[in-house]
Amino acid sequence: MTEPRSVGPVASRRHAFDAPLALAAGTALPHWELVYETYGTLNAERSNAILICHALSGHHHVAGHYADDPKNLGWWDNMIGPGKPIDTDRFFVVGVNNLGGCHGSTGPATINPATGQPWGADFPVVTVQDWVKAQARLADVLGIDAWAAVVGGSLGGMQALQWTIDLPDRVRHALVIAAAPRLTAENIAFNDVARQAIITDPEFHGGHFYRHGTRPTRGLRLARMLGHITYLSDDQMAEKFGRKRRPGAGSYGFGVEFEIESYLRYQGDKFAGWFDANTYLLMTKALDYFDPAEPYDGDLAAALAGARAKFLVVSFTTDWRFSPARSREIVNALVKDRKDVSYVEITSPHGHDAFLMDDHYYHAVVAAYMNNVKT
Amino acid sequence: MSHTPHTLRRPDFDVIAGWMKAGESVLDLGCGEGELLQLLAMRGLRGWGIERDPGLVLAAVENGINVIQSDLEAGLAGFEDDAFDHVVLSRTLQTVRHTQQILAEMLRVGREAVVSFPNFAYWKNRMAVMDGRMPVSEDLPYQWYDTPNVRFFTMLDFESLCDGMGIAIRDRQVLDERGALVTEESNFLGSLAVYRIGRGG
Repeated sequence: MTEPRSVGPVASRRHAFDAPLALAAGTALPHWELVYETYGTLNAERSNAILICHALSGHHHVAGHYADDPKNLGWWDNMIGPGKPIDTDRFFVVGVNNLGGCHGSTGPATINPATGQPWGADFPVVTVQDWVKAQARLADVLGIDAWAAVVGGSLGGMQALQWTIDLPDRVRHALVIAAAPRLTAENIAFNDVARQAIITDPEFHGGHFYRHGTRPTRGLRLARMLGHITYLSDDQMAEKFGRKRRPGAGSYGFGVEFEIESYLRYQGDKFAGWFDANTYLLMTKALDYFDPAEPYDGDLAAALAGARAKFLVVSFTTDWRFSPARSREIVNALVKDRKDVSYVEITSPHGHDAFLMDDHYYHAVVAAYMNNVKT
Repeated sequence: MSHTPHTLRRPDFDVIAGWMKAGESVLDLGCGEGELLQLLAMRGLRGWGIERDPGLVLAAVENGINVIQSDLEAGLAGFEDDAFDHVVLSRTLQTVRHTQQILAEMLRVGREAVVSFPNFAYWKNRMAVMDGRMPVSEDLPYQWYDTPNVRFFTMLDFESLCDGMGIAIRDRQVLDERGALVTEESNFLGSLAVYRIGRGG
């Protein structure tokens, strides 16, 4: 095994699909595009391909950096690269920006051919099932009959799970990390507060803010601040921020006084500066709707009965957004179905975001599992 | 990767495997690195293991077995009744605090169960106590101050508990310290006892 290193400079690619994509919402996208990146080499048998599915704010830039932007590292660069847990010396890794995203794939900011204006609020609500369908079309283009593995954290893990249900013959392994089989009322509640923050921003203009030359940054900022709280753990916040004050605190006013306020506002501002508000709405809705067991009267084992993949399910002890108990629901359903599944509960202080963090044990587990994935 | 034959390392494994058939499913509680499950997989069984220790879980993933990281006693709660043909608790019952609960849970999620444990009434153990010391042996390889064992019992004790709980003893194999089968005076000559149990009545 080589010393772990980055895949180095990468370039994104784009594919335009002309065959319409029928969506769960009952409509269809007549013409749509996906941006994606690939790392490593597809072998002659086309049997070493790995699909990486992104979470709420993720995208196709998973590993490496752009030649003209060396600081823009892929969001899972610590996981993917030569000698890394998902080893690009062995595997051909594909990252894709999902439909409805704001990183180049067809989404709310794309021009709607019917109006000549950005789609905005008219962009159809897309679901995890729709994404899987779109990703499968990309696999067709790349000549990949079956993924050696589909891998994702959080909302990405839900896509990996959906793959095994919808296209069981096209995925040999699924790595479902920091995910849940469906959202709880509390999860949906958080998402809806975030959406309300965006929708009630006067600059939202019913989702058609592009034509007004403005952006609902206040709402998006609040949505991100709220979301960010749910990605962290109480322990981690206590350790990192506690009740630490900013210089000049204690003025009996409403400015930034506690470090946690400063941190959250910074995160909110940073995110609102570049993310698309309509995409945020779509991604949270995809989360809310995700419930593969629903057509089976809530019986997840019934939903997964046809899956043919082997599974690695991973959770993190301090993740309260999608707690270990939620991952155990997936595991129990898979065991009931007598599927091959391993489950690892990683001790981490980092809450839901732990799936993105450097953690020796976590990475060793993924590396060990991937090492047994045949190419 | 070690290539020591399983029979040399864990003589009880062959006894356990002998009670199972290809195509059956098995849950191994405290599966460690997954040696038993690897042996059973070679014999055509479908297996899952429960293990708490992170290092052993990692080793089990490396070995390509199905391992579920969980506390033993909590780990069974999520499984349905009759989820497995067999549930194995190998050399671990003496480390479990809630003995009756774990036995009841094993026989809830499993059609039948296999339990192996060191026999505290083995003659060398009796001798050690007669000499005024706690026993240390092949099957009890710990000092009193570092042992994970919290329950100390003999074959007779176990059999009387099964009787009290309405658990049927379907098979019993007893091994000496070298792993050879013991056929008489089991509670005296047996160092390791392996039981196949089921729901009584």
